[in-house]
Amino acid sequence: MGELRLMKGNEVIAEAAIRCGCDGYFGYPITPQSEVMETLMDREPWDETGMVVLQAESEVASINMVYGAAGSGKKVMTSSSSPGISLMAEGISYIAGAELPCLIVNVQRGGPGLGTIQPSQADYFQSTKGGGHGDYRLIVLAPSSVQEMNDFVDLGFELAYKYRNPAMILTDGAIGQMMEKVELSDYKPRMTAEEIEAKYGSWATNGKKANREYNVITSLEMDSAKMESNNRRFQEKYKQMEEEEVRYEMFQCEDAEYILVAFGSSARICQKSVDLARAKGLKVGLLRPITLYPFPKKPIAELATKVKGFLTVEMNAGQMVEDVKLAAGCSNSSVPVEYFGRMGGIIPTPGEVVEALEQKLIEA
Amino acid sequence: MDIKDIIKPENLVYEKPKLLTDKTMHYCPGCTHGVVHRLVAEVIEDLNIQEKTIGVSPVGCSVFAYNYIDIDWQEAAHGRAPAVATGIARVNEDKVVFTYQGDGDLASIGTAEIMHACNRGENIVVIFINNAIYGMTGGQMAPTTLLGQVTATTPCGRDLDRNGYPLKITELIAQLPGTAYVTRQSAHTPATARKCRKAIKKAFQNALDKKGTSFVEVVSTCNSGWRLNPVDANKWMEENMFPFFPMGDMKDGERDAPDAYFKKN
Ligand SMILES: Cc1ncc(C[n+]2csc(CCOP(=O)(O)OP(=O)(O)O)c2C)c(N)n1
Ligand code: SF4
Ligand SMILES: [Mg+2]
Repeated sequence: MGELRLMKGNEVIAEAAIRCGCDGYFGYPITPQSEVMETLMDREPWDETGMVVLQAESEVASINMVYGAAGSGKKVMTSSSSPGISLMAEGISYIAGAELPCLIVNVQRGGPGLGTIQPSQADYFQSTKGGGHGDYRLIVLAPSSVQEMNDFVDLGFELAYKYRNPAMILTDGAIGQMMEKVELSDYKPRMTAEEIEAKYGSWATNGKKANREYNVITSLEMDSAKMESNNRRFQEKYKQMEEEEVRYEMFQCEDAEYILVAFGSSARICQKSVDLARAKGLKVGLLRPITLYPFPKKPIAELATKVKGFLTVEMNAGQMVEDVKLAAGCSNSSVPVEYFGRMGGIIPTPGEVVEALEQKLIEA
Repeated sequence: MDIKDIIKPENLVYEKPKLLTDKTMHYCPGCTHGVVHRLVAEVIEDLNIQEKTIGVSPVGCSVFAYNYIDIDWQEAAHGRAPAVATGIARVNEDKVVFTYQGDGDLASIGTAEIMHACNRGENIVVIFINNAIYGMTGGQMAPTTLLGQVTATTPCGRDLDRNGYPLKITELIAQLPGTAYVTRQSAHTPATARKCRKAIKKAFQNALDKKGTSFVEVVSTCNSGWRLNPVDANKWMEENMFPFFPMGDMKDGERDAPDAYFKKN
């Protein structure tokens, strides 16, 4: 059993980073995630593990610092909230195009624009469909508890290195600010220079060695045929992610007639909604996507042949509902897929969700 | 004496640096980029730091710098090279990291990154190629374009009211406490190229000695962008750029001592 603590989601991100052997964090303050960098600065990991922590001049700079450091094979990350992630979009696209591993944490707040500092899930499209330019994907993990904030730091890095692709933890102000019991991970040592050369020497810009050609990290390719083949390679990688990395959780779906689909904070609300609905005699279950990309299409398609309808519950204007419709349509194009959500930083109540379910799917 | 006698090894006075690759440079004939690449390659060879050096190439004509020098390279987004170099240098303290940037890259879209990297005193080298134009995109106005200078976006010459003043960014950089060495050079004659090489060598030596940021501006030609042949481009540079961008060191030493920057109590 690891060390048990009562901690805020944002603090846990920092603690997990130190413990998983992270080499560097580069960030810029923004509510509701500033505790990530504050905790790191307070912990002074440079003395403990040698991890570098730097407050950059902007999110544009912090993501480019991540790009540089990741290029040398190091395990590096940043965190921000929605407006800051928008600023990082160009850099994220470069990292994906140059096929580098890194971890990006988005503790979402409501938008558009400066929006609000209250929690939101309105960056679903931005995170899962791109966000920056070009055909690329992020591995997107959606924690619904402080425990998962801890667990997904390590998992995010593991997947990022496995696929040489940026991974994102897509969470929100509610989970970032919430305190819960958490079992912290054990310490892992940082990779040594020799380990980096042995594992990533074929691409990392960690200084040319006499026994290899020099490495170049770039997303540029002027030859269209080669650029197309690069893109095909990326798509192959994304296909492999879709086959191997889908993660989700189901609650009471075995006998369910109606399925709520929700991630992160919304999924916590929906667990309560399932209980409320069951108490009323309604056979309701919950499917919680853990990876938003790759999206759990298969389980939704399978459920679509059995159930009477899906309701997505999102803290946005209805974004994931599009993916649920596509997935459900794969096997049953007539099963209704509805959306219910709140925006602007308002978290739906469990009762509201049941009401919406009754109105949109049962009485309709 | 025919050509065969002339090229005998004993007559050799200057040779291609070992670290320059055999790839044919894509630069226009007369372009300063090629000359400065050579100087950088010579310095890395002189200091014997090939295995330690990581170059960051920019967006601009020198985006392909990575094709020409036999070291590890990372290509940065437009203007972001100082942030990329910061990232590399911070997690690789034993390495020598340099950026190679044009004026559009460094003095326009990337002003925030260069200012803050230099102000933090990042232990990096910055090579700044100021050719007063956006070469790569076809010769548009740069932040360093002189008033009256004709470019693709200032067809009647840069106009003060419309476009503002040309920016002497190196003078600004020299004010920043994190810089150790800030100098302006040119490389258009053998003598100036040798001086420039010395400056670049000092900058790299500073990085080895962890002295703070070293910044070498090279006032350069872009004969294609300027629509001049190489000889006339050099003349134009001497007559027009040199008076506005005077040569020489602006700072030489190490980054400022912290005393004057502390809160009082
Ligand atoms: C974000 C972004 N904006 C614009 C461009 C287009 N662009 C490419 S190079 C360049 C200007 C480069 O000029 P400079 O830095 O002076 O380099 P030079 O080619 O003169 O050496 C521009 C605007 C780009 N690639 N990315
Ligand atoms: S366009 Fe200008 S800067 Fe670019 S290669 Fe040609 S001369 Fe050099
Ligand atoms: Mg230029």
